[in-house]
Amino acid sequence: MSLIELQRDMRAWLTSEDAVAAARFGEAAAPGLRVYQNNYRAQLAACLEESFEHTRDWIGGEAFHRAVVAHVDRLAPSSWTLDAYARDFPATLEILYLADPEVAELGWLEMALGEAFVAADADAVSAGELGDVDWDRATLRITPTLDLGSLTTNAPAIWSALATGEVPPAVEFLPEPGAILVWRHGDVAQFRAIDQYEHQALLSVRAGMSFAKLCDLMVEAFGQEIGIARAGGMLGQWLADGLVVGIAT
Amino acid sequence: MTIAPFSGFGLGLRKPHYAEFLDTPIAVDFVEVISENFMVDGGRPRHILRDVRARYPVALHGVSMSVGSADGVDGAYLARLRALVDEIDPLFVSDHLSWSRIEGFNSHDLLPLPYTEEALDLVCANIARAQDALGREMLIENPSTYIDFASADMTEWQFLDAMCARTGCGLLLDVNNVFVSATNHGFDPIAYLDGVPHDRVRQIHLAGHSRGAEMLIDTHDRPVPASVWNLYAYVMPKLGPVAVMIERDDDIPPLAELLAELGTARTIARGALREAA
Repeated sequence: MSLIELQRDMRAWLTSEDAVAAARFGEAAAPGLRVYQNNYRAQLAACLEESFEHTRDWIGGEAFHRAVVAHVDRLAPSSWTLDAYARDFPATLEILYLADPEVAELGWLEMALGEAFVAADADAVSAGELGDVDWDRATLRITPTLDLGSLTTNAPAIWSALATGEVPPAVEFLPEPGAILVWRHGDVAQFRAIDQYEHQALLSVRAGMSFAKLCDLMVEAFGQEIGIARAGGMLGQWLADGLVVGIAT
Repeated sequence: MTIAPFSGFGLGLRKPHYAEFLDTPIAVDFVEVISENFMVDGGRPRHILRDVRARYPVALHGVSMSVGSADGVDGAYLARLRALVDEIDPLFVSDHLSWSRIEGFNSHDLLPLPYTEEALDLVCANIARAQDALGREMLIENPSTYIDFASADMTEWQFLDAMCARTGCGLLLDVNNVFVSATNHGFDPIAYLDGVPHDRVRQIHLAGHSRGAEMLIDTHDRPVPASVWNLYAYVMPKLGPVAVMIERDDDIPPLAELLAELGTARTIARGALREAA
């Protein structure tokens, strides 16, 4: 057997317990193959347990274990870093908990907080740097740590309660679908629930839309006075959050 | 081999001990970190590593290079590691004689290789590519293994010897792994320690293991046992200057316990070297 055939057989054994592939290693290899199989699954389970502590608290240890088994069966790891294996777990939770969307939203929040923690560094713009900005031509550069997810429940409130050891609130659905943003300010990963307007605004600004164009769109949507006030309010919030890391004019 | 010899005693730096390493001087000559934990884009882990590096020499120890992959080493991985190497200027860069990745699948385990001529050619080509990409020679660690391939053309120590000769790499000799594999596969650990190229050993790992249902498992979750200390005492007089460290990855005890274990490593090394003289 060539080396590549051997490695394909080992992959088949690890990911799907392929008995035919295992048999090609010979009878004497059976105990060792069991060790590698156990190590493989235990390693992936430990990664998910560590990454989704509060999601596990919410659904309970046994249900979480079933979700882990389903995820390991559904998806094999591919990245150089084991941490990346957490990225797709919220999608598995979405499949398993169709009727309980807060579970996948909790999972997404935990995953995004973990990713923000090690995202690229960028210093936030300070208030002192705003004096000379020509806002008619300004384009904002948003922190590379930002991630945006959709939100239909009070998952952020549930997560906060679980994180501080309080009794979590009952699930509530939002009056209308919103979004959640996760980012890192300094060394601290943070999150905030937002409405669809701010969600769209952040997506557009991150993609390069000028602040003046954003103001125009807000005026179109809400009228002159409220539109400008809302655009200014969002900008003030983004600056206070440390989301803006550069302003080009 | 151009890797500068370094003589000293160190610890694997693990999360529960970050604060102590940053707050107070710790009696170690170097620390070793898991490379992949710091090959991230930014954030607190990179800041911590920079602060630690300002206080101690740092060895980068990888678990995902996969020098045994039949489809080669991953260029993007090497570029990421190179960036970390350039920033940290580590004492050593090491990884394992194993494979973990094939055709887009990454097992995140140190999987075994059959010690054949085909595997030797492949491993040497992969190490050569990695060393080119990193701009420096590496240390390769002997693994704990749970399968003994009937197709092998040579022993593990013969494989390591040939690998070092062909690539110029050095060895990270994990004494616990020698004991675990020797027990699991029934070879003589003394023959192994006699057979490895002593002049290539730049670093030693000492760790504990546990007894699984059918074989010993390299768990790094308990103190170094007497069986491993004995092998360490046997091999030390054969080696030149070497960086010795305790490797603990699970059930991590207070730092003082690991420092006491490192004290044992110092004492045994002194005794073994005195006896040999």
